[in-house]
Amino acid sequence: MYSEKVMDHFTNPRNVGDMEDADGVGIEGNPTCGDTMKISIKVVDNRIVDAKFKTFGCGSAIAVSSMVTEMVKGKTLEEALAISKEAVADALGGLPPQKMHCSNLGADALKKAIEDYKSRQKK
Amino acid sequence: MKKYYFDHVATNPLHPDVLEAMMPYFKEEFGNPLSIYEYGSKAKNAIEEAREKVAALINSKPAEIIFTANGAEANNFALRGIALAKQNEGKHIIVSRMEHHSILNSARFLEKSGFVVTYLPVDKKGFVSPDAVRKAITKETVLISVTHGSSEVGTIEPLKEIVKVAKEKKIIVHTDAVATTGNIPVDVKDLGVDLLSIAAHQFYGPKGAGALYVKQGMRIVPLIYGGIQESGRRAGTENVPAIVGMGKAAEMAKAELQMRMDYLKPLRDRIINTLTEEKNVFLTGDRENRLPGHVSFCVEFIEGEAMLLLLAAKGIFSASGSACSSKALKASPVLLAMGVPAGLAQGSIVFSLGMGNTSEDIDYLLKEFPAVISRLREISPFAQGWGDKDGGESCTVKK
Ligand code: FES
Repeated sequence: MYSEKVMDHFTNPRNVGDMEDADGVGIEGNPTCGDTMKISIKVVDNRIVDAKFKTFGCGSAIAVSSMVTEMVKGKTLEEALAISKEAVADALGGLPPQKMHCSNLGADALKKAIEDYKSRQKK
Repeated sequence: MKKYYFDHVATNPLHPDVLEAMMPYFKEEFGNPLSIYEYGSKAKNAIEEAREKVAALINSKPAEIIFTANGAEANNFALRGIALAKQNEGKHIIVSRMEHHSILNSARFLEKSGFVVTYLPVDKKGFVSPDAVRKAITKETVLISVTHGSSEVGTIEPLKEIVKVAKEKKIIVHTDAVATTGNIPVDVKDLGVDLLSIAAHQFYGPKGAGALYVKQGMRIVPLIYGGIQESGRRAGTENVPAIVGMGKAAEMAKAELQMRMDYLKPLRDRIINTLTEEKNVFLTGDRENRLPGHVSFCVEFIEGEAMLLLLAAKGIFSASGSACSSKALKASPVLLAMGVPAGLAQGSIVFSLGMGNTSEDIDYLLKEFPAVISRLREISPFAQGWGDKDGGESCTVKK
């Protein structure tokens, strides 16, 4: 049912964890099945230098989190915000149609983390 | 890699002796039971012999057995067939929230056709209370359908008491005994039910064979019209090999029933006793009134599909009632009916054992599963607790 890439990121997820000194944290819940994804980012000079995640969800939600945190590292905030759910799914070699919403979760949690970072900057 | 099959509620492997009994009916004995020459009579006799064996398994008369294609057809047949036969006497039916989709969706179909359906609540172990049945009965009630045992949480319902309540008002009772027949004693006279559904693949028979027990004298409207097969109550050329297989499987189940239960229960109990020791792992369903090979948990803070995938990577095959593991992305209605909070229901996992499982298989499961749990909890943001969401202590049983 899942691509090799999905299984790889699910069984060996990258960047699992919390970040004590995170610059931004985004938590997104899934309205379809109630699952939750938490992404923490570290930002230096407008660039994401590190990202970590914790996810309560299915195999593809975990793979998506792992992939998103990989993809954003080294990107500017603008580049990171431009990462779409399709881009994440494509990077994973595709997701089954009923699992596309798990990919939303990744893109949305990332967006929230960036928003959180920005609002902290304003203070 | 060695494979560990713990999903016997999905289906069972065919017993080799059953396959052997079926083989001639795929080959030389290919006749149509309606034909008047030798091929026909051989096939016809084989079906009648199978009917006797299935009847013996549930203590009915052979004439009370109608063969169907599967358990779902038997359930559809029972609900729609009785509702239609009785609609002039009343248009109310009662089903429980523990039922299989084939019951619930038949009930919904009847609702659309003008029937009123009451869906009985259940308690946190999945029991339907006879009292709730009594309260739900109206002057219009023509049929009550309550499952004999749940394949999702293993709970065996107090069916005799429910039948007693129904019979005070002379209401017809159907039970979906697909999960129980061939696995625990099922005796239609003792239970007192009027209709009962069975599926052969739940007791090492073939897929494609099921049956509905219909008490003698009970009028039921057919689902399938056509020829005179099954006394005109279920038309269509019979699936002779599958029916023969069902008969053989029923005969074996009857002979081996006690032995099978004695074999499975200790394996089941070992898993339950060991895993409920794990932190935040909750048994779903009842501890005592439980299918012999059935183990089901909700594992807090992690999700079922993720568990299934990691287990499958270890060669372990099981099931889950989590929303993410279902095609429709809906949590098991049975778990929700039992009051399991949505977050906890996500951690649903079901191990159902069969005669092919050994004590070593259980050792392996007990070694690998806790590792899967801790691995996923490391990834989960909730491993320290749900925060403001409902937890497991409130709604499921630890032991
Ligand atoms: S998180 Fe529920 S289906 Fe993916």
